[in-house]
Amino acid sequence: MTVIDLAWWKLGVAALLVLALAAASLWQRLGIAHSLLLASVRTCVQLALIGLVLEALFASAHLYWIVLLALVMLLVAGREVVARQPRRLRGPWAFGIGTGAMFVSSFSVTALTLLVIIGPSPWYEPQYAIPLLGMMLGNTMTGIALSLDRLNDTVWRQRTVIENRLMLGQPWREAVEDIRREAMRSGMMPSINAMAAAGIVSLPGMMTGQILAGSPPTVAVKYQILVMLTFTVGTGFGTVLAVSWGSRRLFDERERLRLDRLEAARP
Amino acid sequence: MEHLGLYLDHVSVGGLSAVSLTVPPGAVVCLSGPSGSGKSRLLRAVADLEPHGGQVHLGDEAQASCPAHQWRQRVMLVPADSQWWFEAVAAHFPDRARGPVPSALGLPPEVMAWPISRLSSGERQRLALYRALVREPQALLLDEPTANLDGDSTRAVEQWLLAEIRRRSLAVLWVAHDPEQIRRVADAHYRIRGAELERADDRD
Repeated sequence: MTVIDLAWWKLGVAALLVLALAAASLWQRLGIAHSLLLASVRTCVQLALIGLVLEALFASAHLYWIVLLALVMLLVAGREVVARQPRRLRGPWAFGIGTGAMFVSSFSVTALTLLVIIGPSPWYEPQYAIPLLGMMLGNTMTGIALSLDRLNDTVWRQRTVIENRLMLGQPWREAVEDIRREAMRSGMMPSINAMAAAGIVSLPGMMTGQILAGSPPTVAVKYQILVMLTFTVGTGFGTVLAVSWGSRRLFDERERLRLDRLEAARP
Repeated sequence: MEHLGLYLDHVSVGGLSAVSLTVPPGAVVCLSGPSGSGKSRLLRAVADLEPHGGQVHLGDEAQASCPAHQWRQRVMLVPADSQWWFEAVAAHFPDRARGPVPSALGLPPEVMAWPISRLSSGERQRLALYRALVREPQALLLDEPTANLDGDSTRAVEQWLLAEIRRRSLAVLWVAHDPEQIRRVADAHYRIRGAELERADDRD
């Protein structure tokens, strides 16, 4: 099977549809035209650039280029985690905790998947490493951002309850245990829902892409299963770390609730 | 159980500076002062819920040398506005205290089986005091413990509190507004004036 390459002008047809949607939004005053157009332009430019980068990377396949790209992806994801928390920790903590948790979980789970399960040679073969790491970071990022957002916001809303629990002699961990559980849940829910719906409600994007590119569906399905299981694991460990570090930072060494460590919420 | 006094040595928090105070075991020391003068913050500092200067001791033990949650279990603050986070009243109490509540509190015997939403603010306040006492603290920090109560239940709660305080020899810092109440319960009374505490003589 050969893949039908897409001519650039044919993508223009898809772009025209987006323009039509934007026009409809303007006409109906729905207020999404601006962000819709901006996001569409971003997706075109970013994906075109990453296509060029990947072509170059596949041609050279040096470890240090791959590490460099991986680090850039990690830092961008770390920035995104910060941006998605309206109420976040002050100073370098918001970025540090999000990025640290993503680094530990996505990098180790991706490395393990490459070394033990897929086993390309060399193990960092960019054709496998980069897409896996990219998808892993994307999922982990969503989970960590959701959980930290929920954690900070709920702690802020329930500050008087937490303090009253502290007054009764509860250790800080106990005083926020149900909030930690809730934060953990909201970080994990998208992954768990995606696994529950996979194949019935939705055909996952990666598998669909592989099939479009000519892989036999059974191979594509195996990769999809691998990817969903490892993503959930990566997201789970990342969320555990983020919630644990994030909630620790909200209390000081005397187990006092320190809301002064949170920035005021932005609109 | 040992009978321990509560000692404040040059405690500074918010607008208050260098507050030194001794609360002997079994004694009630009342604090009064205009709102915003820092009474509640002083209690929070003694419970170590806020960063503060100076030293607080319970008996020989320094606040800083005791793990914070143990300190707060021993030196227990009951805030003016208590919080309840489970649905049922009983869930906020340890198993051994889920029986009938003391009759002096004037609550129906089945109150433990009630949902929190059914409690009035006065009932919450009385239950908050009971919730603190069943954890067996050695010192109590009471922030206007009868603010939401009417005259009769105020007297009943005061008497119950005083009996418990004497029986358990608790050292008690009690923030109060009402001069009548202070006269009834206080062994000593201090007023906040500016950044300092001054001994108030209630006999005049």
